[in-house]
Amino acid sequence: MHYSPAPLHIPDGFLNLVISLLFWAITAVTVGIAISKTNKSLGEKQVPLMGVMAAFIFAAQMLNFPVAGGTSGHFLGGALAAIVLGPWAAVLVMTAVIAVQGLLFQDGGLLVMGANIFNMGLLTAVIGYGLYRAAAGRSKGVRYAVAGVGAWIAVLAAALMASMQLWLSGTSQLQIVLPAMLGVHVLIGIGEAIITVAALAFIERTRPDLLTEKATAEKGGRGWVYAGVVVALLAVLLSPLASTNPDGLERVAEDMGFLHLGQSAPFQILPDYTVPFLGQTPLSTIVAGAVGALVVLGLMIVIGQSLRKRNA
Amino acid sequence: MHADAFDRFHEAESRLHRLDPRVKVVVTVLFILSNALLPDGAWAALGLAWIILLWANQLSNLGVDFSFRRSFVALPFALAAVSAIFSPLGNQLAEWHVGPLVLIPTDYGLIKFASILVRSWLSVQAAILLVSTTRFPDMIHAFEHLRVPATLTTIVAFLYRYLFVLTDEVMRLLRARKSRSAAAPGHRPCRDVAMQRLYMARVTGNMAGQLFLRSYDRSDRIYNAMLARGYTGQLRTLNAHVMKSSDWRFAALSALLILFLQLIGRL
Repeated sequence: MHYSPAPLHIPDGFLNLVISLLFWAITAVTVGIAISKTNKSLGEKQVPLMGVMAAFIFAAQMLNFPVAGGTSGHFLGGALAAIVLGPWAAVLVMTAVIAVQGLLFQDGGLLVMGANIFNMGLLTAVIGYGLYRAAAGRSKGVRYAVAGVGAWIAVLAAALMASMQLWLSGTSQLQIVLPAMLGVHVLIGIGEAIITVAALAFIERTRPDLLTEKATAEKGGRGWVYAGVVVALLAVLLSPLASTNPDGLERVAEDMGFLHLGQSAPFQILPDYTVPFLGQTPLSTIVAGAVGALVVLGLMIVIGQSLRKRNA
Repeated sequence: MHADAFDRFHEAESRLHRLDPRVKVVVTVLFILSNALLPDGAWAALGLAWIILLWANQLSNLGVDFSFRRSFVALPFALAAVSAIFSPLGNQLAEWHVGPLVLIPTDYGLIKFASILVRSWLSVQAAILLVSTTRFPDMIHAFEHLRVPATLTTIVAFLYRYLFVLTDEVMRLLRARKSRSAAAPGHRPCRDVAMQRLYMARVTGNMAGQLFLRSYDRSDRIYNAMLARGYTGQLRTLNAHVMKSSDWRFAALSALLILFLQLIGRL
């Protein structure tokens, strides 16, 4: 259909297992919190609202406009969703959008979906809402400027994070992937910012009740402001620093042990499929295989039981 | 636009279509996980994984090359991995001078790059096979059984249900924009390109705002209609999935095959 993928969706195979699972864990916890928060504030009404809003983001991403050099800008919409619906609701909406893009259109993988949701859902919600909330109650001009800058930084932060994940997985070299990704998204981000501001102005003209100071403040605590400012500052300061001096970032990551985490094997329990105290013998490999088979069998039993409980 | 405009399901009568959606989801995820776990350059295991995939294609009655023909969506992203070829590890193969850059491809880097591409390509095909043989509502139901929170799965179900409605809305907006921005062929409506771009982006923004409001109001109407029909916050299904013994057999066989793949890749 009229669906064209944006360059931010990482497919399966490009991130290694540790990075994929790490970001899945962070994303799963955040989405869990978002579900309980929106349950409290919206009740059962949330499901149709979020569902249609997710469809809105999906459909709005089909609105494209030409950017320089024959490429076209896409609307990601994370920042707009966070400003209008609130950060927790935006996390759920973006999660649903990215899940359907990955499942239905293979735009973004399944194992790496945690990372994709983190980049395009969580970061954009924190930056988009956090910065806008700081400006709540100010004049229109200030608020729109902040919203636009927030949307631009959110796109940059997502690109920055995606390049870092690719680099930590050993897929790309930082000095190549980072300038490339940031260079493209500096432009895409401008389109995102203009659309976000124009959409916001349009909504304010027609439904001012959705964007009053009280309505904005109700959607999330003051903590979002600090989180938003810190994450946005990190993204803005890190981007030029890392692009001009990637070796510096590499050294920092090495000192902190991140590089090792990304590039070594994810499981040290059964290194090279041998059992440590048995040494490198065929017997050792067989024992290791048997242990692996038992683990899989156990997992299957657990899954099977949970399925049966649901069926009863 | 019809409700199934975005559907990727391909109707056919086959073993794979009849299989319980939970088994299909779990096996697909395990297969992708297995690809991620295989070390770089484990060509025997990766080749075997492809043969298994072809066999699954055959089982689906959609044709052996079904997923292959659709598997190039992730290809543009391969650009991101190109820099892996010039990995500092491994033995130098050549030395290329491109402008101010000196590029040194290494054997380790080349193997890494090829492995990433093959892994990604196999994983995409597995996902394609999953959505082509499983109706989307069934798949959502399967995720619910696999303990994904009901709130999230229901939001996804709504997204899927209303996507084509809102796409219709987008088409109307785009048609309206087109009919209002007429220009003689070969003439730019505005001399200043930058101003024109800004204007176009602003119009797109207004369209996004309009679309948002229409969606927001629509969700209100949907909610009221649902309340009137007795909605209590839980979506019900008439399609209760029951695991048959053939489903269990398929799941066990797939798990064994994937385990076998891992052993081959590691030995």
